[in-house]
Amino acid sequence: MKLEVAGLNSFYGRAHILFDVALEVGKGEVVALLGRNGAGKSTTFRSVVGLVSGRSGQVKFEGEDISRLPSYEIVRRGLGYVPEDRRIFTDLTVEENFEVGRQKPREGVAAWSQDRIYTLFPNLGEMRKRLGGEMSGGEQQMLSIGRTLMGNPSLVLLDEPSEGLAPKIVEQMADAILAMKREGLSIVISEQNLHFAKLICDRAYIIEKGRMRFSGTIAELEAHPEVRDAYLAV
Amino acid sequence: MIVATQTATKGANVELLLVQALSGLASAASLFLVASGLSIIFGVTRIVNFAHGAFYMLGAYMAYTLTSRFAGPLGFWGGLVVASLIVAALGALMEMVLLRRIYQAPELFQLLATFGVTLMVQDLVVLIWGPDDLMGPRAPGFTGAFELFGRRIPSYDALLIVLGPLVLGLLWLLFHRTRWGVLVRAATQDRDMVACLGVNQKWLFTSVFALGVFLAALGGALQIPRTTVTHAMDLSIIVEVFVVVVIGGLGSVTGAFFAAVLVSELNALGILVLPKISLIAVFLVMAVVLVVRPFGLLGKPERAPRAAAGLSFRPWKPMTQIERIGVALIVAMAALLPLFAGDYTLSVGSEILVFVLFASSLHFMMTVGGLASFGHAAYFGLGAYGAAFAVKFLGAPMGVALLIGPLFGMLGAIVSGWFCVRLTGVYFAMLTLAFAQIIWSVTFQWVEVTGGDNGLLGIWPARWASSPQGFFWLTLGIAVVGVALLRMLVFSPFGFGLRAARDSTLRADAIGINRKSVQWAAFVVSGTFAGLAGALFAFLKGSVFPDSLAIPISVDGLVMVLLGGIETVSGAVVGAIVYKALAIWLMSQTDLSKLILGAIIVLLVVASPKGIVGFIEHIRHRRPRTPTGADVPDSLGINMKAAE
Repeated sequence: MKLEVAGLNSFYGRAHILFDVALEVGKGEVVALLGRNGAGKSTTFRSVVGLVSGRSGQVKFEGEDISRLPSYEIVRRGLGYVPEDRRIFTDLTVEENFEVGRQKPREGVAAWSQDRIYTLFPNLGEMRKRLGGEMSGGEQQMLSIGRTLMGNPSLVLLDEPSEGLAPKIVEQMADAILAMKREGLSIVISEQNLHFAKLICDRAYIIEKGRMRFSGTIAELEAHPEVRDAYLAV
Repeated sequence: MIVATQTATKGANVELLLVQALSGLASAASLFLVASGLSIIFGVTRIVNFAHGAFYMLGAYMAYTLTSRFAGPLGFWGGLVVASLIVAALGALMEMVLLRRIYQAPELFQLLATFGVTLMVQDLVVLIWGPDDLMGPRAPGFTGAFELFGRRIPSYDALLIVLGPLVLGLLWLLFHRTRWGVLVRAATQDRDMVACLGVNQKWLFTSVFALGVFLAALGGALQIPRTTVTHAMDLSIIVEVFVVVVIGGLGSVTGAFFAAVLVSELNALGILVLPKISLIAVFLVMAVVLVVRPFGLLGKPERAPRAAAGLSFRPWKPMTQIERIGVALIVAMAALLPLFAGDYTLSVGSEILVFVLFASSLHFMMTVGGLASFGHAAYFGLGAYGAAFAVKFLGAPMGVALLIGPLFGMLGAIVSGWFCVRLTGVYFAMLTLAFAQIIWSVTFQWVEVTGGDNGLLGIWPARWASSPQGFFWLTLGIAVVGVALLRMLVFSPFGFGLRAARDSTLRADAIGINRKSVQWAAFVVSGTFAGLAGALFAFLKGSVFPDSLAIPISVDGLVMVLLGGIETVSGAVVGAIVYKALAIWLMSQTDLSKLILGAIIVLLVVASPKGIVGFIEHIRHRRPRTPTGADVPDSLGINMKAAE
């Protein structure tokens, strides 16, 4: 297993957000974490990368316990994180944004360079000197993903990569994620959009009010429309 | 020199202007170095390093020692660099030992901790280098002067004029052409995201801090051929530096450069126009810049600032009947004190009561209003001078003077408050400090009216209050009524509106509360009560001196509030009593009171951010832990993002 989360509880101040969340991702797998707005998807990701200080439970990455490590250590081990709101460095150029994400190559993992990322997202190649703040939402999303790839991760947590993007860009994004999968990357995608998840994912989890409600393949989810209606439909 | 200008011809005037302008440019170099260091540190760590002035001073002293010991060009220039490196190492040490513990704390505590370090350094410098001004060697190769329009310009000045832009260029290269620089710029914008990309922030912060301190120390070291090294140079530079970064924009190095040039030129040329109050020109420019561009010339709007006060999870409540009876009993006991205590105890008691009122006024502004003022002494001192003027120039009796004093405080607060409430957080704190320093220097320099350094003497209370007993009762009465009024305001509709504006400007706006006008009103209320305390202080001492407006009084007030507990309604009362009693006792015991006081402040910030009363309340209201048994961090988390 690439990533194993078990019995994860998270808190913001006194508010209990996640209740015994469990999640597993295998090598090279693309898994969806589905749920409505406010269900706990981002908190799950933030807890895994060590951004939530109030948490307990087990988080194992490549068999090692990372639940006590600071964020930068977790990321250096090859667990990449693309946050929900992209968090582009708006005062830095595209190239400089990539430079911030750059880490040493990792053994047994595809090594990324700026040139390879420009092949993945050709748009970015044409605006290398542009400031992050002067880019469209879709371009920023690509930049954010590319920046995380520069750290040569073996697993990436993608928080709502399709959020707020035009349908055409969403398609482009799906292609890019499939290309990343072909490189052997494990990927977890949080999504509200079941349609997008179906395009690229092998398996899915559904989270609601901080608890895991469903775990299974996309086909199993399709076979149980009542699950979808209960936890996903608006 | 001024007489010479008046008699000189018009052509000579232009030449003098030019020469002064060049001298201003030379002064700008050091100012820029120090200000850029402060700006860089703030950009990444979000800490306003008050100790920056102390590092500037240490740089000068260290350079003095090294350059006096090692002669020759290598000894001199090498001495400057090595001195700056040593001070930078000290700065890095302070970052690792002290600041790393308090990055999560509210900005105010960080500013206060560095304040504490400044106090300690002041005593240490005197301890190591002695109290006398020191004269360093001149720069080898730059001892001469060249002629310009028949006037002599030191060649060292010319060197400094070149150095400023050179350092600006080097810094630009560092930040744009190295990986470290790119990381620093990224962290300036979003340091959590930088950590999420695998960068160890700890060392990034330490290295940034070291660079900033290096620049400050170099700024100080470069001054030794121009001026004497004194143990007061830290406070004089820090105010100027604050003004520079506020004008230039916090976090912007280029902004710091232009602002340093602007401020230095205003100083250099202002001396020709308004010799006595040249600071006014600088201040006016700053006021205009802040009104037009609240974040400085090249600054960027701050992201939502962390609450200046601590986050209070326990709602405030008016006192219960029992608590009221308890307070009444304590006041009654205090009122009985003159029946058996000696004169010295009573005058100490009166002084403590004056500061209870002063601290309560600041507490009102800080905790209820969320406005952390670093220059509250201004209104205290204005009150003191107001009362003194009433007695000296109007021959007014004490009763009238005690009304005129607060009026002065109020007027001062109306004017400076109007500017200050346009800003929030650190900018607010820095602007209040700048205002206080300006009022201080006007008082200090306007000898005809204020008596300058000699102060105004003979401000004695009315006969009925002239005995220590009588004055104690007067002070007690006024302090009790003042604190009670402030407390009532907290639970009035005005107080609710103020707290709403403090907790969320946006939401308060949406229900029809104008943040600026509510906070301005709070500023004025606070300034008035501080003025009342100041007026009492004038009669207690029988005199006023510029000291009553100076930085140490502002710091005293802050420490009292924080010691009492920033999340409490009336913690300042306890904080003022404990702190003032301790300070008076320390002064009588040791010459190193600043060192000890500074250490206490630092320890206080690190060990107990909730203060004495906050700590007591915490124990009183202790509840069982959440049933899940998870260890819930109490507050101060920066990860308090809306939960998803």
